[in-house]
Amino acid sequence: MSARFGVGERVRIAVRDAPGHVRTPVYVRGHVGVIERVLPEFLNPEQEAYGVNSGTDVRLYRVRMPQAALWPDYGGAPDDVLELEVYEHWLEPADEDPR
Amino acid sequence: MSDAHAAVETAGGPPDYFAVLVESLRELLVAKGLIGADEVRAMIETLDAHGPTIGAGLVARAWIDPDFKARLLDDATAVVEQSGIDNYDDTRFIVLEQTPREHNLVVCTLCSCYPRPLLGLPPDWYKNRPYRSRAVREPRAVLAEFGTQVPDDVRIRVHDSTANMRYLVMPMRPAGTEGWPEHRLAELVTRDSMIGVSTARTP
Repeated sequence: MSARFGVGERVRIAVRDAPGHVRTPVYVRGHVGVIERVLPEFLNPEQEAYGVNSGTDVRLYRVRMPQAALWPDYGGAPDDVLELEVYEHWLEPADEDPR
Repeated sequence: MSDAHAAVETAGGPPDYFAVLVESLRELLVAKGLIGADEVRAMIETLDAHGPTIGAGLVARAWIDPDFKARLLDDATAVVEQSGIDNYDDTRFIVLEQTPREHNLVVCTLCSCYPRPLLGLPPDWYKNRPYRSRAVREPRAVLAEFGTQVPDDVRIRVHDSTANMRYLVMPMRPAGTEGWPEHRLAELVTRDSMIGVSTARTP
């Protein structure tokens, strides 16, 4: 499967209540970021954790977002960023800049 | 090297719920014959055979060989495998370069993801909640507790190791090491400098 998002594209991380083995931390849900790099596809850990260990490949991305947007009282420098890996099914296109 | 610890490294207390759970699971799996005690021992031996000197060797070589450095930054997984390092669990690696403009810091907020084939087992503080929660929220304060002052005009990139990739930080080569051979350079590359909480030792 080709990647849905490319480097530099703006994406919003879904806000979703998801029990189980979820690798999208709560603190980034709902935030907008930019694709930092496109990674290969991997088994979906949300299913792999329950024994489904084939046929669930999903694209993985590295997403970058400004620290100042994540934490309203962030005390560091304005250019500081947070980067993390997010699976494609947690991402949706975003129109606005990550601020 | 000093024995001083950052406040975030302090743990302690009796084994918690999960420590007891892991030990019980191991005993049950062995008792029921699903895995052998020798397999457990062999895996522990593999884990013990890996430590920060492996990552330090890669960094030192990258410091003196620009072509190797470029390949390491481009596709660390391939370089690790070509270097004869036992990548015993098929880990995928990304190497992050410290520069005068950018300081990289690695954390796993969800658990304890760590580039084990290159650095061995993570230190306790890396797995504990104070580091995991504070490294993303106030990285500069955490770095200061490790004795690392990052100027405001240097961007901090915090990497939350949430999924399949594992991160190794390549610290900057210290001044005054011109002409040093690789094995001497490698001694300057500490575990903490490859997590990003400190810089390489200075000669």
